Amino acid sequence: MLLIHCPYCEEDRSELEFRWAGEAHIARPENIAAITDEEFAEYFFLRNNEKGLTYERWRHIHGCGRFFNAARDTVSDKFLMTYKAGLPKQPIPTAEQAAAIAEEKTVETWEATEGDAR
Amino acid sequence: MADLVSRSLPLAGFHGGSATVRLEAAPPAERLSLRVRPEDVGALSGALGLDLPTKPKTSVSANGRTALWLGPDEWLVIGDVNGGLMQAAANSGTPHSAVDVSHRNTAILVSGPGAANAINAGCPQDLSLKAFPVGACSRTIFGKVEIVLLRTAEDAFRVEVWRSFSDYAFGLLSEGARDASAAV
Ligand SMILES: [Zn+2]
Repeated sequence: MLLIHCPYCEEDRSELEFRWAGEAHIARPENIAAITDEEFAEYFFLRNNEKGLTYERWRHIHGCGRFFNAARDTVSDKFLMTYKAGLPKQPIPTAEQAAAIAEEKTVETWEATEGDAR
Repeated sequence: MADLVSRSLPLAGFHGGSATVRLEAAPPAERLSLRVRPEDVGALSGALGLDLPTKPKTSVSANGRTALWLGPDEWLVIGDVNGGLMQAAANSGTPHSAVDVSHRNTAILVSGPGAANAINAGCPQDLSLKAFPVGACSRTIFGKVEIVLLRTAEDAFRVEVWRSFSDYAFGLLSEGARDASAAV
């Protein structure tokens, strides 16, 4: 079972208590009525869908109820860090720290077992 | 002339457990879902007669009332029936949100040496005394339903659950109780 650190509960909790809430750090346009359809589509529909490091919103829905932000690797499914909602995009931990996290939590990924990881 | 209908508990008549776990429906209680801004916590604490806890996963009991920390600005306050919780909150004279959820929830008391194991049958939280000491509380998940868990003694828990889910929660706890006693 994956453990996710909730920055409000200040501890690691089971993934079962959380819900994914989409890409993080998408700013709502200041005057949404004034933007073009293309700009609206960009803001509303288009997402980066990164392979690798991605910033996401998560919600501790069956816990404190709070939304927060997480930096996560979509290939390994490892959470690199989490931080409170409202904070600017945080720098990811250094490679050594990330490696330490990776070593601590070994996750079997589709990439490693089935996929073409090139 | 119409008789007043007496309200029966959703789990009235339910009983269960095993050699190491006792399951029983908790008596009726008054419950508040309370939301308060950080700067107003003091005023509400004074009005309710207990210090609302601000540390995650903790509860405070005083004057027959218990306040459970659910989130940074959210508490579940449990007290005796007709204990005037709503009025007490209103007397604070401070902006807040208090919703009477006395009848939305019901509670199951789980006790005995296998209590933690019975709950862990459907709940992923670490219920060791180190991680979840007496007085610790948390909103969490139990099988398919959300619960609020409060440890009332080393081997006793209160499981708060929405009334429409209580049948399911009791059933899963019964299975957990059976497994817990098999494991001992
Ligand atoms: Zn949380």
